[in-house]
Amino acid sequence: MLHTFSIGELGRNLSSGQMSSVELTRHFLDRIERLNPALNALITLTAEQALIAAAAADRRRAAGESGPLLGIPLIHKDIFCTDGVRTSCGSRMLDNFIAPYDATVVTRLKEAGAVMLGKANMDEFAMGSSNETSFYGPVKNPWDITKVPGGSSGGSAAATAARLAPFATGTDTGGSIRQPAALTGVTGVKPTYGRVSRYGMIAFASSLDQAGVFAHSAADAAIVLKAMAGFDPRDSTSIDAPVPDYPATLGEPLTGLKIGLLREFFDGLEARNTALIQDALKIYRGLGAQTVEVSLPHLPLSVPTYYVVAPAECSSNLSRFDGVRFGYRCANPTDLLDLYKRSRGEGFGAEVKRRIMTGTYVLSAGYFDAYYLKAQQVRRLITDDFRAAFAQVDLLIGPTTPTPAFAIGAKIDDPVTMYLNDIYTIGANLAGLPGLSLPCGFVDGLPMGLQLIGPHFSEAKLLNAAHRFQEATEWHRQAPRGYE
Amino acid sequence: MSLTRQDVEKIAHLARLSITEQEMPVYVTSLSSIVDFVDELSRAQTGNVEPMAHPLDGQHQRLRPDIVSETDSHEKYQANAPSVQAGLYVVPRVIE
Repeated sequence: MLHTFSIGELGRNLSSGQMSSVELTRHFLDRIERLNPALNALITLTAEQALIAAAAADRRRAAGESGPLLGIPLIHKDIFCTDGVRTSCGSRMLDNFIAPYDATVVTRLKEAGAVMLGKANMDEFAMGSSNETSFYGPVKNPWDITKVPGGSSGGSAAATAARLAPFATGTDTGGSIRQPAALTGVTGVKPTYGRVSRYGMIAFASSLDQAGVFAHSAADAAIVLKAMAGFDPRDSTSIDAPVPDYPATLGEPLTGLKIGLLREFFDGLEARNTALIQDALKIYRGLGAQTVEVSLPHLPLSVPTYYVVAPAECSSNLSRFDGVRFGYRCANPTDLLDLYKRSRGEGFGAEVKRRIMTGTYVLSAGYFDAYYLKAQQVRRLITDDFRAAFAQVDLLIGPTTPTPAFAIGAKIDDPVTMYLNDIYTIGANLAGLPGLSLPCGFVDGLPMGLQLIGPHFSEAKLLNAAHRFQEATEWHRQAPRGYE
Repeated sequence: MSLTRQDVEKIAHLARLSITEQEMPVYVTSLSSIVDFVDELSRAQTGNVEPMAHPLDGQHQRLRPDIVSETDSHEKYQANAPSVQAGLYVVPRVIE
């Protein structure tokens, strides 16, 4: 039963002495032991450290301390460095890498008293939309284990959906929180670029990467985001601005809220998916919001723009993996060039090598202007479209994904088809905007997500809009069979 | 195919990636399809639009006081290295 409680309910139980964090942690560790083998959502279990951290949280509480996350278990995506614990980023390259320090996200949640149960599986270096590119094998979707959970934060999403933890961390470079949240029926938040520190989060595309959270509700996500967010001098693009009290503004009325329907998001969307979004809009109108149609004419170019910008940044970021200072090294290198080439060729998987080569190509002499500079120009046009839209409306709304979860193996051999999974999520990354996905119904027994996108630093507004929807609906309370 | 095998070999060399005989045809095909796909951008009217490198305009690189903020942890960091001797990273001989 404990795994069905909200973070707020768990906190009340802990503070009243109804249960201890050690008991709560044991409950989730037992579930992981029993349920994870079929899902492959976690790739490292830190049971011993978790029980020590839980006991410490119990002592802090006994000494009079309180806090909404004190003693609450969580799972970290394996992209976040965790001091003394393997941090693989889903890659053979880092299979043997023991992080020598904590990411700021990890530090902040530790200080808040949250208890790490383990590390979540993910697409290799966060490059993928199905969690099939992981060195540790695919993650299965708890709603149907023949389907993908989405990616790249597929392990975090599947673990949250299967109630293996009250919440999990993730990262979103082109949709890697929102898309898997949609495909597994949980709430996922990608904050404004710079809102959460990137320090200790293994870099993929530095102008797009942002950390966020998976939870069972917007109310839970608000508690976690408040603890994660905030200025960090160790991240050169961290925003120096106060963090709003997200939980405090939940429940504000939506009267007069102007919600824009993104016309481009409905072109070609299947009728059953469109119907779910229409149902959601009815609920919003019932809560006092107005809905108007808006157009972002350059948005259809967001996927090709992303697949120039992100690989370019990835080819640069991943040059640090050289087989010399950390990570995988090939056997018996003949010379330094052979060491570099074979360590990287053998240490990286197929999709990571594809992205590095795409990036190397678009940055190479003779192609830089035609691809990279052009993509940066289109990126500005897309961002300007969003800015114009937010002059008319408070939030944008649409589907998170074009389809529900697809079969494992269905798209892995066709990269362009796979890339188009992120057609609705990439725009927010290019413009640095916050986005949120929340469950809004089912198609063929699989969950679908509703996506909200807001202006920079509108997380409080997004969380409140999602929370009001969740007060009026039960979609976020549905659990996959066998994981209730 | 917009990219030839020679193109892919050159890109792989620039990226310092060894690509096996088995992988090569797959990359020639898939990288060509990606290049064709992103070529869609050439249709966009971008005129004199200023390229956007960063999602938040007006952000400036911060400076910090030039003071020591980290302690010496080289042993901890080098514990992850494939080969270390006397605090130095070991690689194949570079100068004969």
